[in-house]
Amino acid sequence: MNYLSEAVVWLNDPLNWTNPGGLLDRLSEHLQISFWAVLLGCLIGWPVGIWLGHRGRGGSAVITLANLTLALPTLAMLTILPLTPLGFGKPPVVVALAVFAVPPLLSNAYTGLRSVDPEVKDAAKGMGLSGSQVLFRVELPLAVPYLAAGLRTAAVQVVATTTLATFVNGGGLGEIISAGFGLGISVGGNQIVAGGLFVVLLALVVEGLLALVQRLVTPRALRAAKRRRPTAAAPAG
Amino acid sequence: MSFLSWGPVGVSPLAAPADDGPGNPWFSWQYVRDNAGALGDALEFHAGLTARAVLLALVVALPLAVLAYWIKPLTGPILALSGVLYTIPSLALLALLAPAVGTTTDTSVLIALVLYALLVLVRNALTGLTQVPDEVRDAATGMGYGRFGRLLRVELPLALPGIMTGLRLATVSTVALVTVGSLIGQGGLGDLILGGFRNNFYKAEIVTGSVLCLALALVLDLLLAGLGRLLTPWARRRSA
Repeated sequence: MNYLSEAVVWLNDPLNWTNPGGLLDRLSEHLQISFWAVLLGCLIGWPVGIWLGHRGRGGSAVITLANLTLALPTLAMLTILPLTPLGFGKPPVVVALAVFAVPPLLSNAYTGLRSVDPEVKDAAKGMGLSGSQVLFRVELPLAVPYLAAGLRTAAVQVVATTTLATFVNGGGLGEIISAGFGLGISVGGNQIVAGGLFVVLLALVVEGLLALVQRLVTPRALRAAKRRRPTAAAPAG
Repeated sequence: MSFLSWGPVGVSPLAAPADDGPGNPWFSWQYVRDNAGALGDALEFHAGLTARAVLLALVVALPLAVLAYWIKPLTGPILALSGVLYTIPSLALLALLAPAVGTTTDTSVLIALVLYALLVLVRNALTGLTQVPDEVRDAATGMGYGRFGRLLRVELPLALPGIMTGLRLATVSTVALVTVGSLIGQGGLGDLILGGFRNNFYKAEIVTGSVLCLALALVLDLLLAGLGRLLTPWARRRSA
């Protein structure tokens, strides 16, 4: 485990954190890219998923979409989008990552609205609530745990995948790793391992924080119910 | 783009992609024909690496799932560990493996792929096994099956749909994941995609690599779906 201790030594050097292009720079870049990608994913995935779930249609289309993006390599999206009118820089990276954030957000929103007890909806209609009132006062509050689960899955996946932005010089923490490979394994090995460790830690921290958020927004009465996550994240490919 | 539209020099950024004219089309048969050999090699490497990773993962995953199924206290930890490992970014995993294993062979990519495929397979196999109805299990015990006989003759066949679903998911995501191996030049079709990007944004190379990647995933998925139908004739009869 010699190479682990070398990585710890690298992490212990304050200059590796504060230098331009050091860990702190890359971390903020990483978080910004992830934030915009998740936001874009939410803006697309949630309305569509909620609408489809409310109408109770399009379930097979949702599954097909999720399966299709599983087969789509992130690397392909990352390299093709900059060559479109989106241009170079952060926008294509954000869009590419958002493409992979949409399926978990969309399918969880869909599942969440579909899993609302039909009797509850009937009761709400019987009380005289209109279609949109049923959606906003009954269905959406009951689907919040699912929306939170989708957000957690998507956000963790995006934070993990942002690492790949380095392939197209998109910035983020992956740059630390690829810079290490640029130096060669014998010289940059400590940096490669340190970067890898840091990214792993970040992913686990985000996962933990969002699990906490998910628990907080889930009403106590619903917590005891099955806590399975309807759709698992795809590995960051 | 005629020379008149070049405009004042220096307006376009240095790293601009080659222009959209006939010089750099999104797809070109000429490119495919000229590089058929290299494309074939990359495809073969990609498919081979995927097959090795998924088969290795299957060999490890089935005993693990059976273990988690037999020894109930192990189920929670095995599933929790798989969830945690799943959040680890592929590039980070590769970064941790490559210096330890070396980058001259594809071993480090293979290990990372096996780990990811393993998690999908264990989860789905375990789900399949736990969905075997209690009455069926009791009936098998009543017929005199021992633990292993019951597993091989009753529980595993009934869990096959779950296992096949896991196998398809694992295969499709492994095909996409292999491309990450291009970080150390062991990415199969990913090497083509990244190579095209680095080689002055050669669109034909990028798109051909991506399309082949998608096609490979689709073909393998269909093959496994067909295999699943062959292996579970009773499910087909029921749905018909």
